[in-house]
Amino acid sequence: MDVFDIIGPIMIGPSSSHTAGAARIGRYALNILGETPVKAEIYFSGSFAKTYKGHGTDKAIIAGILGMDTDDPGLKYSFETAEERGLEFNFHVCEIENSHPNTAYIELTGDTGKKVKVQGASIGGGNIIITNINGTPVEITGKFTTLIVLHKNIPGMISDVTSILAEHDINIGRFDLRRSPKGGNGVMIIELDSDIPDGINEEIKKMDKVISSTLLRAI
Amino acid sequence: MFKYDSIADLVSAAEKENVRISDLVIKEQAEARECSVEEMYNKMHKSFKVMIEAVEKGIVKDSRSVSGLTGGSAWKMREQVAAGKNICGPVFGNAMIMALAVSETNACMGKIVAAPTAGSCGILPAAILSVMDDRKIPEKDVVMGMFTASAIGLVAANKASIAGAEGGCQAECGVGSAMAAAAVTEMCGGTPQMVSDACAIAIKNILGLVCDPVAGLVEIPCIKRNAMGTANAFTAAELALAGITSAIPADETLWAMKKVGDSMSSALKETGEGGLAATPTGKRLKVQVFGEE
Repeated sequence: MDVFDIIGPIMIGPSSSHTAGAARIGRYALNILGETPVKAEIYFSGSFAKTYKGHGTDKAIIAGILGMDTDDPGLKYSFETAEERGLEFNFHVCEIENSHPNTAYIELTGDTGKKVKVQGASIGGGNIIITNINGTPVEITGKFTTLIVLHKNIPGMISDVTSILAEHDINIGRFDLRRSPKGGNGVMIIELDSDIPDGINEEIKKMDKVISSTLLRAI
Repeated sequence: MFKYDSIADLVSAAEKENVRISDLVIKEQAEARECSVEEMYNKMHKSFKVMIEAVEKGIVKDSRSVSGLTGGSAWKMREQVAAGKNICGPVFGNAMIMALAVSETNACMGKIVAAPTAGSCGILPAAILSVMDDRKIPEKDVVMGMFTASAIGLVAANKASIAGAEGGCQAECGVGSAMAAAAVTEMCGGTPQMVSDACAIAIKNILGLVCDPVAGLVEIPCIKRNAMGTANAFTAAELALAGITSAIPADETLWAMKKVGDSMSSALKETGEGGLAATPTGKRLKVQVFGEE
């Protein structure tokens, strides 16, 4: 924490966890979709489910899905903006087991028909953790540029990917390796200390045995 | 990251270098963030500007929050002050207007600066902006005062908590009040030791305050507690600037706040289950907003 965590963030009220955090979860889901969203099914669990109307959690999450920052005054009018831009959305209340009290699950469809499923929790002070992407458990704060690399589970994959980063003088802040639920593939989640150009991700994508690589910028 | 573990460390380092606490903090934080002092100042100045806008946007006749539960108090307070009818004079009257205005801006989904949280966002701007206006204090010194305030907040966050869910309202409006007391004391020429005493007095006076929001929303009693937190900041700063010291050192008041927060029932820590939230009216208002369970 530093001084700007104490005096800050600059945000649209009323609640850092139920408004600002919700907007960031929505924004990160858009980040993962990577194209214009046309449909959003949103499921609120725990405290989000009980109080989302009073805290503007619903408006905030739609604002995020539309790409707005937590301090964007347009956040209050996000439903109107969604209608203008042709984003259809529905809210559902549910109970997601073993999840943080402030959890949202978003199914997002893009204009090319691409679909993503993202689950995230708002953990206080506007901070979030994305906990699941398309069925794979993850742990992403969204504060750093992050690479998600889905790859065949064979020896040497980690060093192949990380050496590309090393060649470009990119430092890794956090590295997480998981097994994808489907087909026993591996998933690397790599938080980077600095932003990287798209080109580096393209290099990783072209690697043999890499199934997909997604570059997610910090929000 | 923050080099200073305690308020006593801050005071002794400032005394040793013969500078204000804010001068010390802005330099240390610039080094930690690997940027210039000027960049740090400009970033804080941006928050200062947002605070002023939040005051202006919050004074609206018959404003209503998203839930419909609250609104319009800043306007009423201003009518009273403008008519010269308020008891404690213009500085206090303006501070009350500002505290209510910023908190109502927050409840109406307007733009605010968390200080330290959104629920307690009205205290620091109300205290520093009302004193700035009255005393004609240069903007630069007010923005620097915000660095002193944030240093107090950082020590409090590290030693205790600044989350209502962990420490009750004393952790949010209490710390916000101590931050405001510290900033005002420094802005008015107080020594680093006086800043520490102001902080200690503010925390002592608010110790034990529970977080009991009606319907779990940041409105009742949060908006009026921002007015109270500002009044408490003034009390603490007035006493400290008069040379009145705190028998219990500031760091020990934070220690006490942590212990009190730990022993508080969870019903009194932002769950909306105890205190005012559990009163018949509190429950009725909850049903009014969210319907029957």
